[in-house]
Parts: sequence; structure tokens; C-alpha cells
Amino acid sequence: MTATQPTTRTQPTVRTCPFDLPEEYRTLREQDPIIQGTLPDGVPGWLITRYEDVRAVLADPRFGASRPRMVGGDADGATPAPPPGTFIFLDPPEHTRFRRLLTGRFTVRRMQQLTPAVEEIVAERLDDMARAESPVDLVQAFALPVPSLVICELLGVPYADREEFQRNSATMISLTASPEAFQEAREAMRQHIHRLVLAKRADPTDDILSELVQTGELTDEELAGVGSLLLLAGHETTANMIALGTMCLLRNPEQVAALRADPTLMDGAVEELLRYLTIVQFGLRRVAREDVELHGHRIKTGSVVVAALSSGNRDSTQFADAPDQLEVGRKYSPHLAFGHGIHQCLGQQLARVEMKAALGALFKRFPTLRLAVPEEDVPMRHDMLVYGVHELPVTW
Amino acid sequence: MKVIIDENKCVGAGQCVLAAADVFDQRDEDGIVVLLNPLPPDDLGAQVEDAALRCPALAIEVVK
Ligand code: SF4
Repeated sequence: MTATQPTTRTQPTVRTCPFDLPEEYRTLREQDPIIQGTLPDGVPGWLITRYEDVRAVLADPRFGASRPRMVGGDADGATPAPPPGTFIFLDPPEHTRFRRLLTGRFTVRRMQQLTPAVEEIVAERLDDMARAESPVDLVQAFALPVPSLVICELLGVPYADREEFQRNSATMISLTASPEAFQEAREAMRQHIHRLVLAKRADPTDDILSELVQTGELTDEELAGVGSLLLLAGHETTANMIALGTMCLLRNPEQVAALRADPTLMDGAVEELLRYLTIVQFGLRRVAREDVELHGHRIKTGSVVVAALSSGNRDSTQFADAPDQLEVGRKYSPHLAFGHGIHQCLGQQLARVEMKAALGALFKRFPTLRLAVPEEDVPMRHDMLVYGVHELPVTW
Repeated sequence: MKVIIDENKCVGAGQCVLAAADVFDQRDEDGIVVLLNPLPPDDLGAQVEDAALRCPALAIEVVK
């Protein structure tokens, strides 16, 4: 392929329908698989939109994860060094050291063993919801408390502190938070976990933070970083998958009917929701560690590349059968919702267990569940790195 | 069909276990892949190929 001048434009962010990607992605995939431009927070970078390219870049060690800011950096886009233990921004061998300490705690078997405990949490939330007067906000009543309770229990974080860390999580992924607000939220979160680490060092309990403390492999600073990261990741992602997934299923009643008729479809339905919704809506950033050639363009060392997960997950070359439609019976094909490569989501098995338990029980318990407001009035999270709904008023 | 895994590459994502639980498992201590059957029967071929395709770390090689 001959090198043409790269097209320059801003990463598309505006959706016309809450469940469709910005229309530009389709044209980009077809005509311009790599463009140079500006990312939603003003950082210059390259954008790739095809399934194959996204997978290839995320699996390619020439692209690293230590990178410029996502939100909350300096005005010139310079990187404030992430705090110790923030391993999603580390490359091997440092990344490997953290990942290895954690993977055993998130295996398929260990997460599946949590199913009864998660189902119990789900049932309690639904009991509460049933007692409340409708309409209720499904986010506050159900979608957020479920993963919040689960991750707090797993990590050993007191749920009573939730207001503080839920607020901090939200600030850390907001596109509109000022750099000061971002730093402040991150610091508050770290200090909170740091205090817990000290407490668990003195008096270990049965949870991941205590286990990590006891390995003796990490400094208190690193433990605070790892703990903050897991707490943040355990909240925002699953909560939005449950809330947005519910809204999505409500507008596809025939799919809910299919799930009711055949509960074995649930595993596939969860994968399909992950693919279809891809809530990490602006993609993942990598930095070229050396000059790399892509579609005839030279990506210079230090340049940022954005791998658009959401666009890759709607690529018709990979998802041949109506990729812009939710199809719970879709034949499985590896999606990109959890990323790809060495950073692929550590908590993905937990997310699957939670989504299965939550969505399955919700539609069983409230067969007449419906939106309490017109769909256009649901406030969508256009302004957050993690897509979803700010609120979901429902009735039954 | 012969399966080869590279423990050093594995990042413990468990995709292989989801795809082919008869062939892959994960170590309890560190989540690293365990090969239960390096020579899986042909009827597991599709599952094994799926596992190799899903593996985010390219840690699974299938030799035919
Ligand atoms: S899918 Fe790959 S990275 Fe994940 S556990 Fe299996 S071999 Fe390891």
C-alpha cells in the first residue's frame, strides 16, 4: 500500500441513537482504517477502527501502555506519572510482576465459586427494590450496589465507605473533571486504601487486600495503587454493563423472551451484550515504543494510538451477521470488550458472573419491568470514559 | 492435533478455560494456564482452535 497523507479529524464521539456508535466509525472502517487526529480530551493521536487492527495493536509488544493522560493531565497533555501499583499503565517486566500476583485470585474457577454469594447479593437488592415504590432508579437501587458490594467483599473494603469511593471513581473517569479534581479524587482513593492496607497488615482478614499484604511482595504504596485500581475497575464497568444492558434488553423484548424460553442462552447473551455495548467507548490507548508502520503510515516512537474497541466490535468482517443488532443467540466470536493482549481485563470472569446473576434474576423477578420515562429522557453517559446511563428510571 | 502452551506469555485471562474446559485449566496460585491434555481428540478441535483465537496473550499454539 502506498502512503497517503493521513486524514486528520477528531475522534467521533456523538451518537444519534444511544445504542449506535457515531456513524463516522463505519466510514472509517471501510475507507480510512487509520487516521491522525485529536482525541476527546485534546491529546493528538492515531485512531484505528478495524477489528483486526485493534487486536493486532493490542497484542503487539511494540506498543506500550505507559502513556499520556486519559483524563486529568496537564493542559499540554503531559503525563503525570501514575502512582505506584497502577499496573494498567506499566509494560513488562513491571506489569508482569503485578499481574502474576493477581491472576490466581481471579481465575475462572474462583470466580465461578462466587456465584452463590453473588446471587444472594442480587436477591437481596431485588427484595429491597420490590419493597420500594416504583419508579426507582435502577442504577442506584441495583446496578451499582451489586458490583459495589461484591468488589468490597472481595477486596475487604468496608461497604459503609461507599459514598466516598463511588464519588471518587466517578470523578476519575469523567471527561469533564478538571485536572485538579481528578488528582484530588485519585489521591483520596489512594489514601483510603492505604489506611486499609495498614489496618490489614496489623490484623489480616479473609480478603484479597489482606492476601496481597501477606505476600510481602508489594510496598504499601504499591498496595494502595493496586487496591484503588481494582476498586475503581470493579465499580464503573460492571455497574454500567448491568444498567445499560437492562435498558438494551428492554428495547429488545423478543430477545428477553428468547432468554426466558431458554436460559442456556444466558452465557452467550452476556458475551453479546459485552460486544454490542462495549462501554469502554473511546477505546484503549497505547504508545509506540519504536517506529511502526501501519497501513502505509509511519507511527513515530512516542505517538499515541487509540484502538477503538467499540468500532472493532461492530466490524462486519468479523461479525458478519448484522453487527449493529443485538442478537443474544449469536455464534460466539471473540469480542474486544475486555481489550486484548497482556492487559486484557483481569476481572472479566467476575464481570461475567455478576452480569449473569444480575440480569437473569432481574428479568425473572420483574417480568413487567419497563422504563418509567421516554427513552430519549434517559441521561446517557456521553461524557464518561465508561459509557452507560447516569440514571435509569424503571417501573413494573 | 497437538497443543503447545507458553506459560511465560500467559496472563491468566482464563479465555481458554471458557472455550475448552476439557483441555485447559488454570493454576490456583497464579492463574497461569495448565494444559490438561496436550493431544486432544479431534472432536475437541473446534473448541481448542477457539481457545487459541481467544487467548489475548497468544500463549496457545495448535499444531496439526
Ligand atoms: S487464554 Fe491465554 S492468557 Fe488466558 S489463561 Fe489461557 S493461555 Fe493464559
